[in-house]
Amino acid sequence: MNPLVLWFHKLGSPPYFYRLAGRLLPWLWGLGLISLAVGLYGGLVLAPSDYQQSDAFRIIYVHVPSAWMSLFIYGFMALNGFIALIWRIKLSETLAMAAAPIGAAFTFICLATGSLWGKPMWGTWWTWDARLTSELVLLFLYFGVMGLYQAIEDRRQASRAAAFLALVGIVNLPIVHFSVNWWNTLHQGSTVRLFGPSLIDSRMLWPLLIMAIATKFLFAASLLSRARVDLLELEAGKDWARQVALADGDAA
Amino acid sequence: MSYGTSFSACRALFVRDFSLVWRRRGDALNPVLFAVMVVVLFPFALGPEPNALARISAGTVLVALLLAGLLSLDALFRSDFEDGSLEQLVLSPHPLPLLLACKIAVHWLTTALPLLLVAPLLGELLYLPRSELPVLLAALALSTPLLSLIGAVCVALTVGMRRSGMLLALLVLPLYVPVLIFAAGACNAAGQGLPVLAPLLWLGAGLALTLVLAPLACAAALRISLS
Repeated sequence: MNPLVLWFHKLGSPPYFYRLAGRLLPWLWGLGLISLAVGLYGGLVLAPSDYQQSDAFRIIYVHVPSAWMSLFIYGFMALNGFIALIWRIKLSETLAMAAAPIGAAFTFICLATGSLWGKPMWGTWWTWDARLTSELVLLFLYFGVMGLYQAIEDRRQASRAAAFLALVGIVNLPIVHFSVNWWNTLHQGSTVRLFGPSLIDSRMLWPLLIMAIATKFLFAASLLSRARVDLLELEAGKDWARQVALADGDAA
Repeated sequence: MSYGTSFSACRALFVRDFSLVWRRRGDALNPVLFAVMVVVLFPFALGPEPNALARISAGTVLVALLLAGLLSLDALFRSDFEDGSLEQLVLSPHPLPLLLACKIAVHWLTTALPLLLVAPLLGELLYLPRSELPVLLAALALSTPLLSLIGAVCVALTVGMRRSGMLLALLVLPLYVPVLIFAAGACNAAGQGLPVLAPLLWLGAGLALTLVLAPLACAAALRISLS
């Protein structure tokens, strides 16, 4: 068999994935925390302050990467849900469901930092701007997936149902985005644009990119940690899980 | 052994579901009563001033009907699941999406259509401007089947859960957002004397798409939750 295909098949097996994730995790956490520190230092200290918003603009170093991650993780979850439904790969079910709370957390961070920034800049915590509204709907979609997953007793059936809902959601997401845009331009209120066409200065840009990388690593690390625990729970009756538990008991 | 044609299966399903509803006619009126009561609450909360009520009337009627539809969704598969006929439906040799489309159609005819008929009364209670009424009815005629179809997919996912009410709302409401936006957009445009065709056409396009995809998705979801 082709070595790449062979590796892919092996990756689908829970014990192999459990060991591989265990080896990767320290690296991912380390790289994530280092790049987080560098990005935050660059963004909060090194980057020059904005001529209009002074230091308040620095919240974008948390806000914008979270917004990117909120969409990226939804895509990741739906992709894994798709794989889980078509090929019934147990690992994909676990990964999709482990990703949902992380995505919801990033979406929440994005909304919370946005409203913290909006209070001094726009003079309001919340405005029914198109982007804000679609981000809020995204948060509700995450909550729906998580709620459905928690509500069903059988874990595998729960993850299949929730993965299906995630797929329905990803079909719906562009429609929501489009309709909300249409709705807001119809009721033209106070138009507030986050950045407009103005190009961001490169001294401000590099910490943002570092933060984007940091959130990717942190997501990967958090995802693998959660997936490992979920796999142990799911496979609690299996031999390899018992061996892992025994080895942990000996080490302690 | 012959199973009969899919057409006769659909007809049998129609007859069965209609007679079930007919034997409990009282229950069928509950969504209508609910919508009327929700609408009546608004003047109490906002004050009886006609101008203020007229401004929110179309949106209120839309939301009241949406919520009434949401509450009636749970009944779509509930009794069939409890007496086991839903599993027989899944096992039947006829295409499941077609059978589910029949069930959804009966559900729409028995719950959403009475709501649609009572909508002019609701509008009158809130001083809906006469010029907006035809647009509101057109928007409702296009959006209620959409809501039933989208809702059916989510109900199929929660079928078999004992307390699914709140969860169902959590699953369904984000998916209802675009429908509500276009339906309300048409009514608002009519209120301002703007052309209303574009949002109605969007609703129609959405309905055409959902009419094809939702029964398929509903069948897939039902297979997951009954497995």
